[in-house]
Amino acid sequence: MGKVKGKPGPLARRPDNSAFKQQRLPAWTPMLTAHTVLPSFYFMSLICMLLGVWLLLTVQTTKEIKLDYTDAGTCNKCFEKRKNASNAAQPCSCSVVLPIEKPFKGDVFFYYGLRNFHQNLRRYMDSRDDGQMVGRKKNLMNPSSYCIPFAKDQNKIPIAPCGAVANSIFNDSFTLKYHGNNGSPELVPLLRGGITWYTDKNVKFRNPKLDGSTLAQVFNGTGKPPYWHKPVYELDPSDSTNNGFINEDLIVWMREAAFPNFKKLYGVLNRANPPFTKGLPAGNYSIEIQYNFPVQYFRGRKEVVLTTLTWFGGQNHFLPIAYLVTSSLILLIAVVLTVLWWKFGKNGKNMEE
Amino acid sequence: MTMCPLYVEKERHVKANAWDYNAKFCYADNHIKTSKYNIFTFLPINLFEQFQRVANGYFLVLLILQLIPEISSLSWFTTIVPLVLVLLVTAVKDATDDYFRHKSDQQVNNRQSQVLIRGSLQNEKWMNVRVGDIIKLENNQFVAADILLLCSSEPYGLCYIETAELDGETNLKVRQALTVTSDLGDITKLMNFDGEVICEPPNNKLDKFTGTLYWRDNKYPLDNDNMLLRGCVLRNTEWCFGMVIFAGLQTKLMQNCGRTTFKRTSIDKLMNTLVLWIFAFLICMGVVLAIGNTVWESWIGRNFQVFLPWDESQRSAVFSGFLAFWSYIIILNTVVPISLYVSVEVLRLGHSYFINWDRKMYHSQTDTAAEARTTTLNEELGQVEFIFSDKTGTLTQNIMVFRKCSIDGRTYGDVYNEFDQKVEITEKTACVDFSFNPLCDRRFRFYDSTLVEAIKLEDPAVQEFFRLLALCHTVMPEEKSEGHLVYQAQSPDEGALVNAARNFGFVFRARTPETITLCEMGQAVTYQLLAILDFNNVRKRMSVIVRNPQGQIKLYSKGADTVIFDRLDPSSEDLMYTTSEHLSEFAGEGLRTLALAYKDLDEDDFEIWMKKLLFASTVIENREDQLGALYEEIEQGLKLLGATAIEDKLQEGVAETIACLNLADIKIWVLTGDKLETAMNIGYSCNMLRDDMNEVFVVSGHTLQEVQQQLRSAKEHILGLSRVGSAGDVEKTDMFLHDSVFEETIIAEYALVINGHSLAHALEPLLEHILLDVACLCKTVICCRVTPMQKAQVVELVKRHKRAITLAIGDGANDVSMIKTAHIGVGISGQEGTQAVLASDYSFAQFRYLQRLLLVHGRWSYFRMCNFLCYFFYKNFAFTLVHFWYGFFCGFSAQIGLDKHYWTAVNHLFIWGSVTVYFAILFAMQSNGMFGILPSNFPFVGTARSCLSEQSVWLVILLTTVVCVVPGLAVSFLRVDLFPTLTDKVRHLQQSRKREGPQGQNLRRVRRTSSRRSAYAFSHQQGYGELITSGKNMRASAVSSAHSPGRTPHSSNWIENMLKRKNEVSSFLIFTVKTHLDSSRYHVGQYYA
Repeated sequence: MGKVKGKPGPLARRPDNSAFKQQRLPAWTPMLTAHTVLPSFYFMSLICMLLGVWLLLTVQTTKEIKLDYTDAGTCNKCFEKRKNASNAAQPCSCSVVLPIEKPFKGDVFFYYGLRNFHQNLRRYMDSRDDGQMVGRKKNLMNPSSYCIPFAKDQNKIPIAPCGAVANSIFNDSFTLKYHGNNGSPELVPLLRGGITWYTDKNVKFRNPKLDGSTLAQVFNGTGKPPYWHKPVYELDPSDSTNNGFINEDLIVWMREAAFPNFKKLYGVLNRANPPFTKGLPAGNYSIEIQYNFPVQYFRGRKEVVLTTLTWFGGQNHFLPIAYLVTSSLILLIAVVLTVLWWKFGKNGKNMEE
Repeated sequence: MTMCPLYVEKERHVKANAWDYNAKFCYADNHIKTSKYNIFTFLPINLFEQFQRVANGYFLVLLILQLIPEISSLSWFTTIVPLVLVLLVTAVKDATDDYFRHKSDQQVNNRQSQVLIRGSLQNEKWMNVRVGDIIKLENNQFVAADILLLCSSEPYGLCYIETAELDGETNLKVRQALTVTSDLGDITKLMNFDGEVICEPPNNKLDKFTGTLYWRDNKYPLDNDNMLLRGCVLRNTEWCFGMVIFAGLQTKLMQNCGRTTFKRTSIDKLMNTLVLWIFAFLICMGVVLAIGNTVWESWIGRNFQVFLPWDESQRSAVFSGFLAFWSYIIILNTVVPISLYVSVEVLRLGHSYFINWDRKMYHSQTDTAAEARTTTLNEELGQVEFIFSDKTGTLTQNIMVFRKCSIDGRTYGDVYNEFDQKVEITEKTACVDFSFNPLCDRRFRFYDSTLVEAIKLEDPAVQEFFRLLALCHTVMPEEKSEGHLVYQAQSPDEGALVNAARNFGFVFRARTPETITLCEMGQAVTYQLLAILDFNNVRKRMSVIVRNPQGQIKLYSKGADTVIFDRLDPSSEDLMYTTSEHLSEFAGEGLRTLALAYKDLDEDDFEIWMKKLLFASTVIENREDQLGALYEEIEQGLKLLGATAIEDKLQEGVAETIACLNLADIKIWVLTGDKLETAMNIGYSCNMLRDDMNEVFVVSGHTLQEVQQQLRSAKEHILGLSRVGSAGDVEKTDMFLHDSVFEETIIAEYALVINGHSLAHALEPLLEHILLDVACLCKTVICCRVTPMQKAQVVELVKRHKRAITLAIGDGANDVSMIKTAHIGVGISGQEGTQAVLASDYSFAQFRYLQRLLLVHGRWSYFRMCNFLCYFFYKNFAFTLVHFWYGFFCGFSAQIGLDKHYWTAVNHLFIWGSVTVYFAILFAMQSNGMFGILPSNFPFVGTARSCLSEQSVWLVILLTTVVCVVPGLAVSFLRVDLFPTLTDKVRHLQQSRKREGPQGQNLRRVRRTSSRRSAYAFSHQQGYGELITSGKNMRASAVSSAHSPGRTPHSSNWIENMLKRKNEVSSFLIFTVKTHLDSSRYHVGQYYA
């Protein structure tokens, strides 16, 4: 260990006199005295209290409405229909009513939600090929073995996108209608783009290089996932740039949820034209649903969620309440500490030998 | 080569110059090998050894599990990267260690030695020396193997060796060849030597050898005095021939170097236990989750098959649970942390560097910095409870300094200022100018100029005083060049006295068997040496009888004060009282004192006495007793001259260090090879023994019963005093069970001094418990006259029964076994011997650095290590239990909820997880670039960017921090406030001090009072007086004295003899005490490495 340094002279092996080597770096070990600890507890309690109250007030301003449409309203028949897998190809549409009593001000977000759907199973999450989704031609034709049994179809044609995740894509679609004062239902415009992370849309998911050919030609030689009705390059007939692996609904679905009950963004209210410039006005709404996704197999539920957001997210009462609870606990501890200190440890009684 | 049968050697047959004969027995050759691997065996053996460590084996199994895709919940490189890293680091370390071992082996094996082959001496490498070879050794050479001394350049086949490497004793030892072989001094005779030695098989007893030489149809018994052992150095002998009996690994030296055991710290052991428990906990979690998985699969999972069909292999929920078990073992493996071992090692390495870097443990005189030679024991330093210390060279400098004297009722040596106040002697005090004396020793320091003035005034008492010092001794002078004298004394005290006389103008210059030549104040004076009345343990004094040039016969005597005082002439009575007072004063300062006296002898009386002496010295029976009686007879009616005071210089700061370590409740035991009295004296001077101690028990019994009796009574004494009233049932109680309780309650201070003979008995199974009990009840334990092996046994005893951490500190080869046995071995570096250092775990130059090593570095290391471990386990549990919890949400499918790539890269490499590193890696891992290269391995692209822009994330972080900090803070506050530890109290005190402003510190001054004296006589050995007067050790004179049987006191040609010899002064035998080894120093320690 003793590295011989080329230092000449009689004290050649004398260690350097640096603060680090002599362990003289400034250090601080707090001395826990009542004068420092107790005030800091009260202070922490106060801070948490203030934050909690502030968050609570903020949360109160958000609006959220949830509607379980699994077998609600006219969707009952579709629910029954989807029980039978052989009817999977038959379209079924239904509608549910959604009254909104107070207007939703500001940006309004439209989510679909699933309950008891385990996107977080290990084998499920593994069952995808990120190489394929980023547009690698090699992976397009030879999906990763993780995708099995959804890597190739019966005819050994590679599936694009492969894997259980893509195969199980949520394929209900929604149209939100506003039944205003004038009687005739008015379509609520939803922005279907911009619902993904920037990195997902631009980095993580890419279509294979076109090189002059069309998207359909690029995907030639691949098959659609077994549960899909349309091939990946025809997912959005209305917007040709929203097809293939960069389809936003696909991207949203491919970002697996961490918990079995989750909601995913479907669209954002387009506030360009009245009466929706300030958000959603109060009134009756209905949602028309292309009911495709079967949930009865796994005793799941489907729902739609309409919500406004604040600076710290959607309607979430957990955080403010947690802050308030923490605050009161700290206060309690602080009081107990104060009493104990007052009774037993005051004036450093125990510090004397 | 003949085939060698594997059998246990019962007897060794070695024939000189008979290679074929000796080859039959397949004795080990002189090649030594301490290395473990070679290039080809390194990889397999090293890997095999490494995988024997539980942690490595565990991770290998884990790696194999991860290669099974059905189970693999983490990619395989999460395990292989750290595993390979660990293996690599360890392998590199092992390889370097072994490389150095190879190198030192090679160096030793390639040393040259002269071997007699086919009628001529040829240079051979050591490793080619074989049993039965006759080899020639020259002065200052290392002995290559255990050889039988055949003949030497010295008369009578004498030969001198230094055995410092073997037993740590630095004085010379005499070995003698058998008379029959001592004249074999030339090559042809040696060529024809065909004696056969039959002797004991190889063993490790350094002081014993039994064998027989069969030569020319005669049998000659052989013992240890005929043997030169490997590791010795030939001194003062021009050459010698010897026959190799044991070679290489069978030499006594190699047989003696105990196997180096791998030292582990108690934290290591704790860690292993913890890891085992955690492993059990892991299995439990795995089982719970596996059951969970089975239940979930059969209730929910089977319904989910539309979207996620079961694998073909996964036919039932139970089987799925089984697989989940293994998956969870992998996923939760971080509770059994592989990085723990690496991190702990890194941490310790860092601490070792801090020790190496510490300026406060750097000794500038010798330019030696402290060195942590073992990097794995640092935190153990903080828990040391027992220190076993060597004395010579460790506590003391082994330098004797003439400090003071009392001559004719006046003391010299103190310095007074103009106000007649005593001045403390420091480095800066002006020392006396000895320039009047061209032969003076420039290193000699004396501060009291009045003594020199007295010398210059030719005060007769002062002159006689120094004349005595210059005459009455057994020192050998060596005059390398004119005026450049070197004294070779057999004990350092004696050297110091003669040296003092030399500086004060009474230069001892030369010696023959019959004369002593002094240079008294510049004039050569030759005294005729008539007799040396040598020292022994009973007499505690030595005398010489000389005839001065005026023809007067004088007896000069020096010895222990009590002994001398008993034999004084009544006329000296007054002087005796004054001198006695002075002696007490000297002893009180911790000086070793000695009384000096002389006597004028009547010519006729002496004649008669001398005749009696000559007669007695030829008597065979009871010679010792008769001689003793004669000595006694003439050493009567002495006239007191004065007394000397010598300081056995302690190492700097020893007493303070010991006091400080005592305050820390560390027990210090001194284990020394020295005599009882010397050891006790040092005990007093370094404040381990004090006059105000209740009792100092001295155990010096020679039989088991005696020792038992002494130990028993000591114990009863201690216990009886401490529990008054219940003394009766002391014997009945099983004291061993309760001794820890007693230890606490005993306030009185006791000390135990035990000598080597008694220790041998006390260490037997029957007595070791009582020894340990008594020793632990005493504040101070001093073991003297102990052998290196006994040192180790004592350490072993404490280690075995006390469950305490032991530390051994020493400087010489005789401490090696103790250093190796103790939990922590410390070597004193910067001196000649390096064996102790090589065997040690830590080395530094001064005993006092022990304080810093233990109380600063040890404490810090322990603190930091504990904090680190707590944090580490906490971190791993926090990290891992999240997955356990998450299992309940993800259908127990062994999915992880966190970015597993963070796991690999950050957890294992940057365990200290600094926030910066965390975020840097996080962003790097989730960067577009990495994703572009390996899309399937870095799927978390953009996560960090998108998540961290969410304010709620930060709010959660804040909340979590607060929630985590509050309970800990509250608990620590309560602890400090209500149940403060000593540290807290000290800190509190410091703070309040700081607030109140600076105050005078009252450091505990180390007191040094004692009434011990006259240790000089005891550190002396008997036997050299005879060697000198017989002239055996003087080559030139040996011839003449061989021709004249008996001594001729009135020989008239002694002056001529003397002149003749003057040219040969330089070739005189050197008695060396602390010989300065030459550059070709032999490192026994290399073998230990």
